[in-house]
Amino acid sequence: MSQTNATESTERVEQFAKEAEWGTAHGMLLGTARYLLRNPQMVLGLILMLSLAGFALFGRFFVDITQASPLSGPASQPPGGAFPLGTDPQGRSVLAVMVEGSYLTIRTGMIAGFIGIAFGSAVGFIAGYFGGWVDKAITWTVDVLLTVPAILFLVVISAMVQTGLNSFGMALIIALLAWRRPARQIRSQVLVMRKAGYVEMAKLSGANSMSVIFREIAPNLMPYLVSSFIVAVAAAILASVGLEAMGLGPQNEPTLGMTIFWIMQFSAFMLGLWWWILPPVLILIVLFVGLYLINAGLDELANPRLRRRG
Amino acid sequence: MYVRLIVKRIIMLVTVIWAAATLNFMLPQLSPKNPIAEKLTQLAATSGVDPASIQALTEAFNLKFGLDKPLWLRYIDYLRDIATLNFGTSISSYPAKVSDLIGAAMPWTLGLMVSTTLIAFALGTLIGAYAAWKRDSVIMQTVSSILMVFSAIPFYLIGLVLIYFLAANTGWFPISGGYSMFSVPSWSFSFVQEVLYHSILPAFSIIIASIGIWAIGMRGMMVTVQGEDYMTFAKAKGLTPRRQFLRYGVRNAVLPQVTALALFFGQIVTGAVLVEVVFGYPGMGNLLLESITLFDYPTIYGIVFILILTIAVSMLLVDLIYPLIDPRVRVDA
Repeated sequence: MSQTNATESTERVEQFAKEAEWGTAHGMLLGTARYLLRNPQMVLGLILMLSLAGFALFGRFFVDITQASPLSGPASQPPGGAFPLGTDPQGRSVLAVMVEGSYLTIRTGMIAGFIGIAFGSAVGFIAGYFGGWVDKAITWTVDVLLTVPAILFLVVISAMVQTGLNSFGMALIIALLAWRRPARQIRSQVLVMRKAGYVEMAKLSGANSMSVIFREIAPNLMPYLVSSFIVAVAAAILASVGLEAMGLGPQNEPTLGMTIFWIMQFSAFMLGLWWWILPPVLILIVLFVGLYLINAGLDELANPRLRRRG
Repeated sequence: MYVRLIVKRIIMLVTVIWAAATLNFMLPQLSPKNPIAEKLTQLAATSGVDPASIQALTEAFNLKFGLDKPLWLRYIDYLRDIATLNFGTSISSYPAKVSDLIGAAMPWTLGLMVSTTLIAFALGTLIGAYAAWKRDSVIMQTVSSILMVFSAIPFYLIGLVLIYFLAANTGWFPISGGYSMFSVPSWSFSFVQEVLYHSILPAFSIIIASIGIWAIGMRGMMVTVQGEDYMTFAKAKGLTPRRQFLRYGVRNAVLPQVTALALFFGQIVTGAVLVEVVFGYPGMGNLLLESITLFDYPTIYGIVFILILTIAVSMLLVDLIYPLIDPRVRVDA
């Protein structure tokens, strides 16, 4: 038993030794591929998200996206002919709406997520690094704001500015509350790192605080920033689609959430317009599941302790 | 000690509610829109009132709603009204009071949410615990992974899929509504039956999507607990696997779940808003949507405030129940 194990591990060591070094491109590719094999969630998530991103970005070269506006075709036509996914009751091509809608929805999530992360990590960093009453004030504000359900305040805000809202404005509104969670996460990470050995070491060797922040702490925050970015994008998409489905989105843009809103407004279920209902619902499910899987995969990458034994 | 903890929690609760109410009051002040002028201009456009009388009307209404007073006086009036749960009268269904509208919608939302949350919590916690306990069982691992992926999907999207396959396509369940169009709400047996029948799909979409959330947390905690010495000790004592699982494993791993239950109440309530909209369920979510489309600000603020209040109070309740479940907290407090 132990004999075979020993031979196996020797073979494995020899196999590793024969492979290309990590420094070379070939070696990196091999290492990454081997890691991805152990992390199927990440692979599946990446496949889902990349195909969706490809559909949103390159779909416009194959589909005439001007047909995403009303009256570009006959109303409520089933799939076939000039409209591969049919048309909705206002004469939009469903395929064109899907291409343009996924692009707009993902863009909204990225913008809001990016602003949320940038502002949140700045605030969290200040609180964690400087401490004292600044930390107390920031922590209290974040704690109070976290008990407030975001979507309710977003409802009030977008109900106020609703007329003339576009999907970019939508992203800005969502960014107003998107910074709370990143702020808290980054703060707790900075609190841990401030006391870490390598930071103390850098301080002892006379590094100034700028150098400590940017050369010691910031690089170590990167994994957390990437992971909180994915979470923030998912949360922002969730919020934007939710608001739009309630009719609080950009009325003139064919985002996925607005499509859900129109589906309910036109009682598409009663009319049996399955070709209009299924595509946005499926794309949104792929989007949320893809982001979830990537985040779960990143979690595994950042917390090796979660790794499955054996 | 316990009394001091309660007082501290109540002070925090009041602060949170005050902050939320203040935000609720201040946000519209930042908007350049005057709801009264807006409403009157809209009226003038449809019924042909001349602009001069609009000016006079606006002033009269400003006086009536107290909009001519300085900001701080209005703020104090507002706080007094909020404290007595008086949100004024609805604009869209005038002269109904906002509190009455909310009172009529509240039981629907509470009934749906409390029952589905408890069912999902119980099922999810058990599945998560069992998935950690039986790590070799292929079925358990598959079921729990699928449920966790489902937890990433918002309730209302699952609702749309369920409506499509189980209501619109097959006609097994009603497409929308809380009860049939032809019946009048009453406490009769047939009406209760009808309400239950209509709530099956909304309830299912919430349960399917939220079981995974509880299963993830419980599985993680259970794995940690299994590494503890007292688990080895329980095994060494020769206790039955059932007793090891329930009294030693689950009992210790369930604590963070209870905290999560309180924190998740907020997300669940807001998630329910869209489920109700998708299913045309006559609860707070639908009332909110109606008031948004009709620009009925008093109702919107009333609902938002009530929801925040519910969340804050449920968090307080959990804080107070926590020491009863976990004796260690009592000592620390």
